[in-house]
Amino acid sequence: MHNTFISCWLKRIGPASLLAMTFSAFGQTEMPPVENPNPDTTQPLNMDAVYTRPFLQLGKTPVALGGYVEAHSAWFSEDGISDGLSFQLPRLTIFAASGITRSIKFLTEIEFEEGGREINIEFASVDVQFHPALNLRGGVVMNPIGAFNQNHDGPKWEFCNRPVAATQMLPATWSNVGFGLYGKFYRGPWTIGYEGYLTNGFDDSIIDNAEGRTALPAAKAGGERFEESFNGRPLLSLKTAIRHQKIGEIGVSYMGGVFNKFQEDGLQLDEKRRIHVFALDFNTRIPGAGTNLTGEWAWVQVDVPETYAPQYGSGQHGGFLDVVQPLFTGRIFHWANSTVNLAARLEYVDWNTGTFAETGGVIGDSLLGLSGGLSFRPSAQTVLRVNYVYQWRRDLFGNAPARTAGWQFGLSSYF
Amino acid sequence: MRISIRILFLAGLLAPGLGCEKTFPGAPAEADLLDGPVEGLSNDQARQFLAGDIAFNNEIFTVATGLGPLFVATSCGSCHPGDGKGHPTNALIRFGQSDSTGNQFLHLGGPQLQHRALPGYGPEQLPLGAPFTKLLPPANTGLGFLEIVPDADILALADPDDLDGDGISGRPNWVTLPGYLAPRPDAVAQHGKYIGRFGKKAAVYDLLQQTANAYNQDMGVTSTYAPTDTYSGAEIDPEVSNRTVEDVVFYLRTLKAPITRNASGPDVATGKLLFEQSGCAGCHKPVLRTGASPIAALAFREIAPYTDLLLHDMGPELDDGYTEGTALSSEWRTPPLWGLGLSKTTQGGQYYLLHDGRANSIEAAILLHGGEGTGSREKFKALSETERRQLIAFLESL
Repeated sequence: MHNTFISCWLKRIGPASLLAMTFSAFGQTEMPPVENPNPDTTQPLNMDAVYTRPFLQLGKTPVALGGYVEAHSAWFSEDGISDGLSFQLPRLTIFAASGITRSIKFLTEIEFEEGGREINIEFASVDVQFHPALNLRGGVVMNPIGAFNQNHDGPKWEFCNRPVAATQMLPATWSNVGFGLYGKFYRGPWTIGYEGYLTNGFDDSIIDNAEGRTALPAAKAGGERFEESFNGRPLLSLKTAIRHQKIGEIGVSYMGGVFNKFQEDGLQLDEKRRIHVFALDFNTRIPGAGTNLTGEWAWVQVDVPETYAPQYGSGQHGGFLDVVQPLFTGRIFHWANSTVNLAARLEYVDWNTGTFAETGGVIGDSLLGLSGGLSFRPSAQTVLRVNYVYQWRRDLFGNAPARTAGWQFGLSSYF
Repeated sequence: MRISIRILFLAGLLAPGLGCEKTFPGAPAEADLLDGPVEGLSNDQARQFLAGDIAFNNEIFTVATGLGPLFVATSCGSCHPGDGKGHPTNALIRFGQSDSTGNQFLHLGGPQLQHRALPGYGPEQLPLGAPFTKLLPPANTGLGFLEIVPDADILALADPDDLDGDGISGRPNWVTLPGYLAPRPDAVAQHGKYIGRFGKKAAVYDLLQQTANAYNQDMGVTSTYAPTDTYSGAEIDPEVSNRTVEDVVFYLRTLKAPITRNASGPDVATGKLLFEQSGCAGCHKPVLRTGASPIAALAFREIAPYTDLLLHDMGPELDDGYTEGTALSSEWRTPPLWGLGLSKTTQGGQYYLLHDGRANSIEAAILLHGGEGTGSREKFKALSETERRQLIAFLESL
């Protein structure tokens, strides 16, 4: 789906280099030219998402600015009970980037969520390029697990809601302080990228939280992770992805480490408990039809004590598939290059895999969701979207699912 | 083309306006739900019901809010999904008492086993030689009505010496009240003890005692009512406020009574006759009346709980060797049958009946009746296949 966005955007801007594009969106940049590290700028990988955004630079200021905003209205009902129509500003995000030298750059992303109730630094890293295949990144990085975590900007997606598996099973947006290496290799139509980071990570809250289930997103509330590690053990994040210009991209990623406070002041408090997350992601465009497919599936394994509450499962899996079909590209009203897309999303999450020890029955706590949507993009940077969402949510015991459905109208735009 | 695209675009924008309730999932029939308030609450009572609902169903206890370190469950709602019967994974174990002399294992963690623990802690172990039983969480519905059935009415149903010779000899469980409880104005006392009516052994006097015990024994959460930490044995600061406990008690009191379904169906009507002819109604009393209550919606109502709130000897079939209060280990309080047909809807689509969920069908539960229930069991066994089906259809309509 983001291919649509990127390709439309690139067509408008021209085949500028990735970084030049970063610093010269709308042709207003007066930044000194930055050496293009990527000769394959028309096929950026998902890992480049943080830079494949429009920035605006005014005059000779050394900093380029950008951002996006999302605003929604929603009317949902669960099993016949509705709280009525509501309006939301889920996030306002500001980007700032600076080319410090030809091979050192800085970018930050600061997000104001829920009307400013939460302010998060989602990304704030200095990238030092030794070679296109070898870059050092340090600061607040987005752990490269799956694809959505690094490629989550609202204007890139056809749905108001972020995928449940990406945000309620995986913890998108999941950022931590750390260091790592990344790079890309090119051979013909192929691009191969890699990333590896050591960062601060999770904490006990993933199995001790008000959600009442194993919940990686619960660790996001622990702001201390930007100051120090919870347990002195780094979280390892690894990802590799390969893209063919005409086929698409597939990524494989891993994130894991010790999450609990197993010792303090030299005293042993518990055994080391580990978390392992594996993810597969892909995106492609079907030739001819122009249909864009974007999907992600992840598996989570958490070392939960056997004598702990059964609500906190040791296994989870889930993912989503977005199908976006462009219906029309051309002039609508006074927008010459507007696009109308039809979109569908299938998503599933099982927060607690396995069976009950007492009965052998399958543990529930799962969600199946279907969404449909129609989006209108007057320009590549802006999307107006109407979504219909239907979800079936089963409780721990697998009782008849609660059914939720609703309509959303929203807009999201880079600025 | 351009015009059609514009129409499509405008239609898309207008779609939410078309998103009428027809596109939303409908509400289940009220009779198919166990949760929901009793009719006739005032606005302020509805607010307290809502507060209790949130505390009961939404509040998950964590380390920070007082969970454990030893516990059975992390929230009220986790044991009573949809306010219905619980699942075997949330069965709890009581231990330490085999007769009316009291619990001999209180110094070893009795009367309840906290078999779960926070990471880094070891769960409680069942002491060697301790008598014990497993208990499944009951449904919550209609408890407020049962709480105000007058003691005199319960005693009127009792026949401890089986003077009428029907083989059924129900008696109340006389229990000692904890210090924070005052007996109801119409309470009947016997040697300083009062009639218990909640819990599988009827060892709990009212819903405040039940709630305070559950916070403490099930979740390891202390209150001013039950201030002793189950892990250390020491009295510690309250981890849940009196206000929250009282809201939950109000919620439990004002949950509606289950509504019968398909009551006029021919099988159901015949089944009801067979229920009575088989002697089931000797313990599972179809009609009780509530007494006075500060909650007008509960007071002086005729209810159909299918219980007499009395203890009955169920024979060796259901004798686990453990008891509470003055009950014998073979004695169990007659469980209310209202809501029985909806049990599967909260137990994962399968029945787990009797005190420990050992019966996976209504028929199996009937066949496990012994003692005072033997006569009814034998009559049930003598029924034809059709009659059994009709009787079970009646029970499932409750």
